[in-house]
Amino acid sequence: MNAPHDPASVGAVTAQKASFDAPIKLRGGATLPAYDIAYETYGELNAAKSNAVLVCHALNASHHVAGFYANEKDNVGWWDNLVGPGKPLDTRRFFVVGSNYLGSCFGSTGPASPNPATGRPWGADFPVVTVEDWVEAQARLADRLGIERFAAVIGGSLGAMQAMQWALSYPERVRHSIVIASAAKLTPQNIAFNEVARQAIMTDPDFHGGHYYEKGVVPVRGLRIARMIGHITYLSGEAMAEKFGRLLRRGALGFDFDTDFEVESYLRYQGDKFSTYFDANTYLRITKALDYYDPAADFGGDLSAAMARAKAAFLVVSFKSDWRFTPARSREIVHALLDQRKIVSYLEIDAPGGHDAFLLEDPRYHSALRAYFASIDL
Amino acid sequence: MSAQERTLLAARPDFAAIAQWVERGARVLDLGCGDGSLLRYLWQARQAPGYGVEIDDERVLACVANDVNVLQVDLESGLSLFADGSFDCVVLSQTLQAMRHQEAILREMLRVGREAIVSFPNFGHWSARFQVALGRMPVSETLPYEWYDTPNLHHCTITDFEDLCRKLGFRIRERLVLHQGRPITVLPNLFGSLAVYRCTAG
Repeated sequence: MNAPHDPASVGAVTAQKASFDAPIKLRGGATLPAYDIAYETYGELNAAKSNAVLVCHALNASHHVAGFYANEKDNVGWWDNLVGPGKPLDTRRFFVVGSNYLGSCFGSTGPASPNPATGRPWGADFPVVTVEDWVEAQARLADRLGIERFAAVIGGSLGAMQAMQWALSYPERVRHSIVIASAAKLTPQNIAFNEVARQAIMTDPDFHGGHYYEKGVVPVRGLRIARMIGHITYLSGEAMAEKFGRLLRRGALGFDFDTDFEVESYLRYQGDKFSTYFDANTYLRITKALDYYDPAADFGGDLSAAMARAKAAFLVVSFKSDWRFTPARSREIVHALLDQRKIVSYLEIDAPGGHDAFLLEDPRYHSALRAYFASIDL
Repeated sequence: MSAQERTLLAARPDFAAIAQWVERGARVLDLGCGDGSLLRYLWQARQAPGYGVEIDDERVLACVANDVNVLQVDLESGLSLFADGSFDCVVLSQTLQAMRHQEAILREMLRVGREAIVSFPNFGHWSARFQVALGRMPVSETLPYEWYDTPNLHHCTITDFEDLCRKLGFRIRERLVLHQGRPITVLPNLFGSLAVYRCTAG
């Protein structure tokens, strides 16, 4: 699909890193004296600098949004079906920036980076970071790239929280905020899933209170279970039934505790894969960032009041089969924006993929994004 | 008026009536907004900003392409997205007959809006009556569907609609009855094929 000669691929890309010396004060009170942000860009910034689009990633992804790496052709960007020449977010027209966030394990400063105070990895001492902090760091990246104002900021799930927060932190710097499969705050049920994932990691004997780097171990068991829980909630029951049914791995029941059903095999595979590339300390912090996000909190829980300062036009998208971030949560955002008479459109797409639908290529979803991007004047 | 607007008004003669009742700059909510052409027209003709509500995927996409604010929600489940009195004018153009719960939507319209504008094909038009008298369900310019392939669920006549308004305590401020784009003043329930109403609460 995304072979090197695919004309709709941005092709081979190179990850870049921006280093910042000015300290950044985080919402939790800590200050990072200096930090790096990893990012990639696709397309060209126009002379008026009016065509920049920021893509914010969710839980386990990175700044590698589109294209592939020359030395790793199979490592295709996580939103490659959306971003590229002729794709809905067309890189012939837009300058697309994929930004990693603080605390990540993919190149930006995070728990595995050296703590300047000790010279050893931060580990458990890396501060808890928030969506607001990420937006702050991305704003400095935008300054560095010479982007005063984004034509759009787009994201799904946790990425959408950043897209929303951009419109609130920097109303003048965002023309369109595209908020997909998200919520203005997590439900207790959603926080509960995150807590189970964190407990799985923190109770792993190899976690060592977060200082496992120096012990030369990885809390693999915890990461596996955290990822399995995540995957169950990202798929709809319907999508799981369609994908796996009750198919048996070995043709017959084993009457033992090896994998009987395909779905077990899938979860084990996803868990194993995840534990080889993702950092446990990062996982703890991003789930906290999800739990903490609540822009209405400073306004007595009144989301409409929180939205008052936004100046962007909004596109809010939800998927009917998404039970982790249900359409009702998206409608709360729309309700608040309507209360404030903001420019907003809302799409509720009847796609079967569950929360993961935002990553899939549903024709209704992608046609709408294509039309939306096409309607943005540059 | 542009050629495009002329074509639009020829296809949808109720739009001109609706536009004439919408004040300049009024906030409009268009329920069952289709591809958003009424909202676009109201923006051009009256500088009236608004939102459309539409459930159909294709039409929602057309709204996005037309740069019209569209909200993909089901009208049958009410207008819970919208606060009381948040619009100057709520429009339901040729959608009433395709809904399941007429009373509920009409009440909702005057909860969220100061005024309701409603248009619907008049089932009392003589050609409909004539076809029924001949033993067939009517098919006409304003009722272009066969009985087995129609989005329409509840037809009504001008008299029926006015009875319902009375029952709901709505005050009819203005009424325009049309046939082939021309106003009908004599025996409107017999000679009009399209009715447009402007209502307020009490």
